[in-house]
Amino acid sequence: MKRLRLLTFALVSLAGTMPAAAEHLVVSLSNHRVAINSNFIGEELVLFGTIEPDPNSSLRSANYDVVVTVIGPVKTFRTRRKAQVAGIWVNVDSREFLKVPSYLATLSNRPVSDIAKPEALRRLQIGLDNMILTQRVGGDFADTVHDDPFRAAFVNLEQQSGFYSERSTGVTFLTSSVFRANISVPANASIGNYAVEVKLFTNGTVLAATTSAFEIIKAGFEQYVANAALNQSLLYGLATTMLALLTGWFASVVFRRD
Amino acid sequence: MQVYLPIADLPVNIFLILGMGLAVGFISGMFGIGGGFLMTPLLIFIGISPAVAVASVASHIAASSFSGAISYWRNRAVDIALGLMLLGGGIVGTATGVWLFTTLRSLDQLDLTIGLSYVTLLSIVGGLMVYEGVRGILRARKGMSPIVRRPGSHNWILGLPLKMRFRRSKIYVSTIPVWAIGFIIGFVGAIMGIGGGFLLVPMLIYFLRVPTSTVIGTSMVLTLVTMASATLMHAATNHLVDAVLAFILMVGGVIGAQFGARTGQRMRSERLRLLLGVLVLAVGLRFAYELVVTPDQLFSIRVVESAP
Repeated sequence: MKRLRLLTFALVSLAGTMPAAAEHLVVSLSNHRVAINSNFIGEELVLFGTIEPDPNSSLRSANYDVVVTVIGPVKTFRTRRKAQVAGIWVNVDSREFLKVPSYLATLSNRPVSDIAKPEALRRLQIGLDNMILTQRVGGDFADTVHDDPFRAAFVNLEQQSGFYSERSTGVTFLTSSVFRANISVPANASIGNYAVEVKLFTNGTVLAATTSAFEIIKAGFEQYVANAALNQSLLYGLATTMLALLTGWFASVVFRRD
Repeated sequence: MQVYLPIADLPVNIFLILGMGLAVGFISGMFGIGGGFLMTPLLIFIGISPAVAVASVASHIAASSFSGAISYWRNRAVDIALGLMLLGGGIVGTATGVWLFTTLRSLDQLDLTIGLSYVTLLSIVGGLMVYEGVRGILRARKGMSPIVRRPGSHNWILGLPLKMRFRRSKIYVSTIPVWAIGFIIGFVGAIMGIGGGFLLVPMLIYFLRVPTSTVIGTSMVLTLVTMASATLMHAATNHLVDAVLAFILMVGGVIGAQFGARTGQRMRSERLRLLLGVLVLAVGLRFAYELVVTPDQLFSIRVVESAP
């Protein structure tokens, strides 16, 4: 047993970046289903997690780092740039971002640049600058460098609307092995599945990773109206028109002066 | 109090929307117009996507114009024959407008086109209205009688072939300009997402010399039919009509319209026209300002397609 432990330790030290399977991450989300009702104004989800240390190893110190990445349903966006043409501002060129997340949050206990080396972050797609956002440039598909003006503008605009975020204080350690993360969902977030990826780091390498998920759905009246608009569109249109006529008629009766 | 809009996919303050409905309804009742040219930009301003705004405003205008049309109908102030003729041109115009809308949207120049058409149209119409209004008031000050009708400078328009008699309006005019006006209203409405009442009323007065007794009632019936069918078309094809948003707007709109109509009837018609002119001109200049001034944000994002 002791020899095995030593062997494992030696292997890990040799491999350096190889993830050790011994640590376990156990996470739990406060809510797996966010229902949009008529009084929905956004939601705050809480993710709790514990790090179960390797029972065979007492060598590892407690300097754990946790990065939580939340990825919402993908959409294709077009970013357009305005320029002045003959005195007025006109959209002159545009780039398409193909199937990129409509929601993207990176939460960590300290700045991701302190947690791992840039190459590792790039490979693991951690942080807004390292996420691959595929662009269509003419006929080509590519992800450009993170300071490309279109990419920067896209990420910046998404950050302003609260869809993209990177918070280096998003994860807090309650004890050395228990942590929590707050995931805030803006009120106009897209309907669909949200993937939550949790990665445990120590000294710049990934020790363990796990995933969770939640979904945002419309419920009750909101769901009923949205379904009707989509599936019974003609009937829905007729009903809305009738509603308009009824409202108009009702007003003319109520306010009739003669 | 926040309420989540099921189609627009965002929460709004119910009292803000109600207030906007009341304010625009007041203006629309006062001047006998739909008010789409005010409501659509307002909704876009509070963050509702232009497509949903245009589609939902259609049903709001349908409600307020129906309420108005009923009272004009009771007072026998609607010329059905004229309305039907205008509608014929309007349908052709709408179809052409929708086609152009789709083409421009794919070219990414829709914003610019909408902006430019608002600026051009509203500035010209507003400017003319202000000019006419000021002249009318000055004439009244000098003790002259205000001009009820413009002297016959558009005789050749009325003299075109295919003449028809419109009994309720007591006019005998060629149907060509009637169709042309209907076409323009339908076309402009489809491109700009407006009912076009503020254009239709002056056009009917200046070009066709429709008497003031039937002009607003007829315009309202036309607006009602086009906006009701627009609601139906938008709902059936694009699934963009937000019934919750539309209902809040409607309730505010019809109440506001009643008070607006009462205020309007107490005011002198030249002053009323001047006021409407100022309002139209102001909205036009607002759009011009936006086109000329350096925007805070040079980039903008639009969702092209949502994954299923």
